[in-house]
Amino acid sequence: MRTFSYERAASPDAAAAAAGQATNAKFIAGGTNLLDLMKLEIETPAHLIDVNGLALDRIDATADGGLRIGALVRNTDLAADGRVRRDYAVLSRALLAGASGQLRNKATTAGNLLQRTRCPYFYDTNLPCNKRKPGSGCAAIGGFSRQHAVIGASEACIATHPSDMAVAMRALDAVIETVRPDGATRTIPIAELHRLPGDHPEVETTLAPGELITAVVLPKPVGGAQAYRKVRDRASYAFALVSVAAIVQPDGSGRVALGGVAHKPWRVEAAEAELPRGAKAVTARLLADARPTRDNAFKLPLAERTLSAVLREARA
Amino acid sequence: MRFEHPATFNPIDQLKVVGRPTSRIEGPLKTTGTAPYAYERHDVVTEQAYGYVVGSAIGKGRINAIDLAAAKAAPGVLAIVTAGNAGKLDKAERNPAPLLGGPEIAHYHQAVAVVVAETFEQARAAAQLVRVDYAPGDGRFDLAASRDKAFTPDPKIGGPADTAVGDFAATFAAAPVQLDATYTTPDQGHAMIEPHASIAAWEGDGLTVWTSNQMIAWGATDLAKTLGIPKENVRLISPYIGGGFGGKLFLRADVLLAALGARAAARPVKVALQRPLMFNNTTHRPATIQRIRIGADRDGKISAIGHESWSGNVKDGEPEVTVNQTRLLYAGANRMTAMRLSELDLAEGNAMRAPGEASGMMALEIAIDELAEKFGMDPIELRIKNDTQVDPEHPERPFSKRQLVECLREGATRFGWSRRNPQTGKVRDGRFLVGFGVAAAFRNNLLTKSAARVRLDRDGRVTVETDMTDIGTGSYTIIGQTAAEMMGVPLDKVVVRLGDSDFPVSCGSGGQWGGNNSTAGVYAACVKLREAIAQKLGFNSAEAVFADDVVRSGNRSVALAQAAGNDGITAEDAIEYGDLAKTYQQSTFGAHFVEVGVDADTAEVRVRRMLAVCAAGRILNPTAARSQVIGAMTMGVGAALMEDLVVDKRHGFFVNHDLAGYEVPVHADIPHQDMFFLDETDPMSSPMKAKGVAELGICGVAAAVANAVYNATGVRVRDYPITLDKLLDRMPDAA
Repeated sequence: MRTFSYERAASPDAAAAAAGQATNAKFIAGGTNLLDLMKLEIETPAHLIDVNGLALDRIDATADGGLRIGALVRNTDLAADGRVRRDYAVLSRALLAGASGQLRNKATTAGNLLQRTRCPYFYDTNLPCNKRKPGSGCAAIGGFSRQHAVIGASEACIATHPSDMAVAMRALDAVIETVRPDGATRTIPIAELHRLPGDHPEVETTLAPGELITAVVLPKPVGGAQAYRKVRDRASYAFALVSVAAIVQPDGSGRVALGGVAHKPWRVEAAEAELPRGAKAVTARLLADARPTRDNAFKLPLAERTLSAVLREARA
Repeated sequence: MRFEHPATFNPIDQLKVVGRPTSRIEGPLKTTGTAPYAYERHDVVTEQAYGYVVGSAIGKGRINAIDLAAAKAAPGVLAIVTAGNAGKLDKAERNPAPLLGGPEIAHYHQAVAVVVAETFEQARAAAQLVRVDYAPGDGRFDLAASRDKAFTPDPKIGGPADTAVGDFAATFAAAPVQLDATYTTPDQGHAMIEPHASIAAWEGDGLTVWTSNQMIAWGATDLAKTLGIPKENVRLISPYIGGGFGGKLFLRADVLLAALGARAAARPVKVALQRPLMFNNTTHRPATIQRIRIGADRDGKISAIGHESWSGNVKDGEPEVTVNQTRLLYAGANRMTAMRLSELDLAEGNAMRAPGEASGMMALEIAIDELAEKFGMDPIELRIKNDTQVDPEHPERPFSKRQLVECLREGATRFGWSRRNPQTGKVRDGRFLVGFGVAAAFRNNLLTKSAARVRLDRDGRVTVETDMTDIGTGSYTIIGQTAAEMMGVPLDKVVVRLGDSDFPVSCGSGGQWGGNNSTAGVYAACVKLREAIAQKLGFNSAEAVFADDVVRSGNRSVALAQAAGNDGITAEDAIEYGDLAKTYQQSTFGAHFVEVGVDADTAEVRVRRMLAVCAAGRILNPTAARSQVIGAMTMGVGAALMEDLVVDKRHGFFVNHDLAGYEVPVHADIPHQDMFFLDETDPMSSPMKAKGVAELGICGVAAAVANAVYNATGVRVRDYPITLDKLLDRMPDAA
């Protein structure tokens, strides 16, 4: 771990301002991912801005009937919230499918969105990785890529985004609220928060330098049968091979987002028009441009079969 | 004491203490966090500095140069040891690859430096400033590709590379029913919770290491040899061990680097191998390719059985001995086995819980299931039909005890095997396809010398000292039970001290030999102590009865405390073995039953129910033995379904080298487990009449899971682990 300076921010504005002034600063909340990466010197911030003291740990009703989830709401608390369980069940289920109880107690909403990939080549500093060391190459391409992306990847990176929560939020059309170092606030639809790797896999989101997530807003409930199905090699505490977040309405319409297949939660709204024709039609559209590796080609039939099971259960 | 004739009645047979379910005597220390592990021995020496290990960044090649300038200048750094400045190091035979690499690199994450600093954080930060200039070489990392170049090894343990009885080839070719299938098992890691960790302190020429090691005498001998110092100058202390599974049988880099670091820094130094280093730095269970051919008559009798196995290892490493179970498990007049070895430039392959046996049974017990299916015969019946009570290669040599058939039958009843639908893919429970699987469990019993020292004190307390280790198995307790039984005192009057190279040399913990041999050594020492007490009191030692804290002979009785006198009485002895292991095949048996559910859509496999029935000689402590078998069954589920150290064949290393990437079962993966021991005593094994059990428990588990998956789905997977991607495209229609 490199030496770093540390401060506790007094307010979201002050945190963002501090991040704007310092060079190579990072916000720290739960620290469940950042601290591990700092110990391995994959992350080497010169300055940490601790946002844990900010009053961003509330879940409030919004004027239009939705929920504003503070950036610091812990995953455990969010999953257990009665309103979330009732009106946004897909989110509660996704949260509980992620990590372990201990980690969920510590991990925050904003931190979960910003967690970094679990690609083993990203974690091993002896190997090339464009995400860790831009321009060094991608060891995962041609390497062990069972967990990796099947769609939206690039010649520079085939990593996946590991979050379950974000997949459910994508299906719910969540909106991210932020504050920038100059104090300006803005909202970002979650579809636009995460980037595809392209030539710059080291740039994972559309957040500006120093921009702080303050809340995630869920629009008013959409109802329907809500499911989150995570497929993995062991029953708990494993990253998804494929996950499906689905909201299915009584009329057969609905929404579908996938996890474990891309550098971001994967949703193609146009594919959802195929829902009445079943999982095969939906995934054919959703994963139309997929380019899997030999190791992870199974994710394509797996996604279809998993969606098929989810739809069957939703309609039962 | 030489054990040369079958055991007759002896004090152990009283079973007042031995054989009773007994909670671990060190349990309260462990459950309250007060059993100190090696890295936590803050009390033993002051001024402990911290070492952080730098592992090789390449799988094969050379170090051109190491630039230590930046690291040396970093805050808190006391010393940096590399092969270049460590002085001359020798290499123990049990370490085929040097523990401190350079300039030659033998494998990825081979230690190339240890950075010693005032704090752990300083050592870690400075380690990342060590600049190593490598010249990567061409390595051999692909077992399958190397198969054609494999050679015939000369195994140090586990018998010859080739065996043959009768005419396998002709009989197999002519057999009306034939099975010829190839199975693969992947590299696996021990993944024990406590990493390899050591604190080393020099005092003049004397070196003391508090460490975590299963085999104290091997460790002390090999450390002295590596450092080129007299063995008498080395002391190893390892009273508590947080799991080993074979990964701590040998001297490893933490010990050597702590010793070298302490010498260089002139301070005690502690080193724990970092978790991400452990999989490539230490040993692992090596991958295998196994071809099994079985020919049988129409009535299900095996006439020919052949097992060939390929594995890889570093130069001078051993083959994975997967074929030995096939030499003994089933009858059949015509037999062959063959092992071939490739040199690979991955980390050393070596013992992991039931080394060879576990991997071999993973293949053999699927093969038997496949053969049964060819006959439309129940796989239990096929096994019973081919049972043998003698060593099939040497029919004049019987098994001392062999209750495989009884285990299978008892298990079938308890498990409800009759409810199994022999047709595959037919049983549905909600979203799951349900299947039953069975496999034999079979692991040999190994006899090896083991010594102990026993002292009776004037307070009537009995103290046992032996360098035996307790790696979570219950050694403390069974040794205490043995001494209590022999000396006629309650268990709480026995003090057990283990894991110190100053104590008499025991068998150590490995190969499931620890329980029987270490207690037999304590038995031998106690017999000697009883004789010494009787002699002191003028009793005829053959007539003396030790019970209720008193020794009696005729109408005389003396309290043990009194007999001890002010100075106490001490005796030391070892158990040594004659030819009983040659004249009798000594083995342990069992049967594993597994019910799985396979998700009809996703092909995720979830174990629903497990049962083991074991016959393994006298069970010295049913509580501890049960715990061992349950743990082994859990490990078998890992082997069946998820454990896989994946080789990157370009860079030459195990890619998923941490506990996020190398998945082992978590609680949610493990359902209802149960196990039963059949009553058994084996008078050929030792005066304890016990055998090993901790490795028996894993042998066959993975195959039972695989067979259950087949029964559930109709998909036969011969390449472990059975992950969903290997099932998906052949799954029955889900709808």
